[in-house]
Amino acid sequence: MERNVFVSRRRIDGFDVLPSDSAEAHVLAVDDSLVDRKVIEQLLKISSFKVTAVDSGRRALQFLGLDEEKSSSVGFDGLKVDLIITDYCMPGMTGYELLKKIKESSNFREIPVVIMSSENVIARIDRCLEEGAEDFFVKPVKLSDVKRLKDYMMREVRFGTANSGGTNKRKLQESCDPTSSEPSISSLSSSSSDSPSRSPISPSSASSSIPTPLDSPVRRLKMTNTGGLI
Amino acid sequence: MDGVVQLQKQLVDYIASLFHEGFLDEQFNQLQQLQDESNPDFVVEVVSLFFEDSERLLNELAKALEQETIDFRKVDAHVHQFKGSSSSIGAHRVQNVCITFRNYCEEQNVEGVEPWHRCLKCLQQVKHEYSLVRNKLETLFQLEKQIIAAGGSLPAT
Repeated sequence: MERNVFVSRRRIDGFDVLPSDSAEAHVLAVDDSLVDRKVIEQLLKISSFKVTAVDSGRRALQFLGLDEEKSSSVGFDGLKVDLIITDYCMPGMTGYELLKKIKESSNFREIPVVIMSSENVIARIDRCLEEGAEDFFVKPVKLSDVKRLKDYMMREVRFGTANSGGTNKRKLQESCDPTSSEPSISSLSSSSSDSPSRSPISPSSASSSIPTPLDSPVRRLKMTNTGGLI
Repeated sequence: MDGVVQLQKQLVDYIASLFHEGFLDEQFNQLQQLQDESNPDFVVEVVSLFFEDSERLLNELAKALEQETIDFRKVDAHVHQFKGSSSSIGAHRVQNVCITFRNYCEEQNVEGVEPWHRCLKCLQQVKHEYSLVRNKLETLFQLEKQIIAAGGSLPAT
């Protein structure tokens, strides 16, 4: 298996920088928790991703070259970021705020962003998906979650589906039964008509050649009593 | 190699008991699955980070509860972090007492000494569960070390 173990890492501006000649996709992981950073880093490495882990939204923006106040003196063009995975609850800039900044940027809005959170609050999940997040992982993140990230990779060539950008995804209507109105994870209420982005996973409603993975937590939310597919 | 076999059985039984007694949960298994030849010490490393982080958080919590006027939002923020990190390594009982602790913090619209007492009690519980799981994990790692030192390999999870 291709590993970066014996390659020396350079330090640039406080970031560990990996050489950019590998074919592995590069994930930028953002989490203020030391423990969680270590775990997500290992989850990603073992799934054959290259990883850069930073401890704040601010650092993430600096890494991308998006921070207005302090941009890195070294260009990171050689280190394309293929996906960003970020914690939601962080001091300073939340994962949601980071998501917004990325989606507002013309250079980086195409990068898929996945949110992680220990709190499985429907309103929070909705807000993130509506803002353009590809997926929402409830912590603790598992290997099976990370393996799905390949589906969101920008570099991957897909046949017959429109997966990049994701404008299709966000307009998808949830078609499962409206169940209880309580905002619990086990029953997703689709009674609110102004929450269009319930199914970010399926590329499009018409040509779902990439079905929503059965073990997606977001999909699990939607599998209420219907037991059927979205 | 009889000694190694004994140790390996001891380890398997010990881990099983930790799960059975609720000290560890499925997440710990996940961590063990992430350990491989290129990262053979991953579990020990991440758990060590957890210990460091926990000590820091316990100190912060003690300080916060010593204040003249308690900032419950700050207390809640620390407990939230503790809950997160314990959940990430599978320290199930620690995570649970953190959840209880947070529930108390969220109720803090009551003036007086009562909320402070309850928070102190919660802190004691968190400290207690943390030291329990810390001891258990250190014992576990010791067992693993002994097996390796005796030339054995760690049983697959």
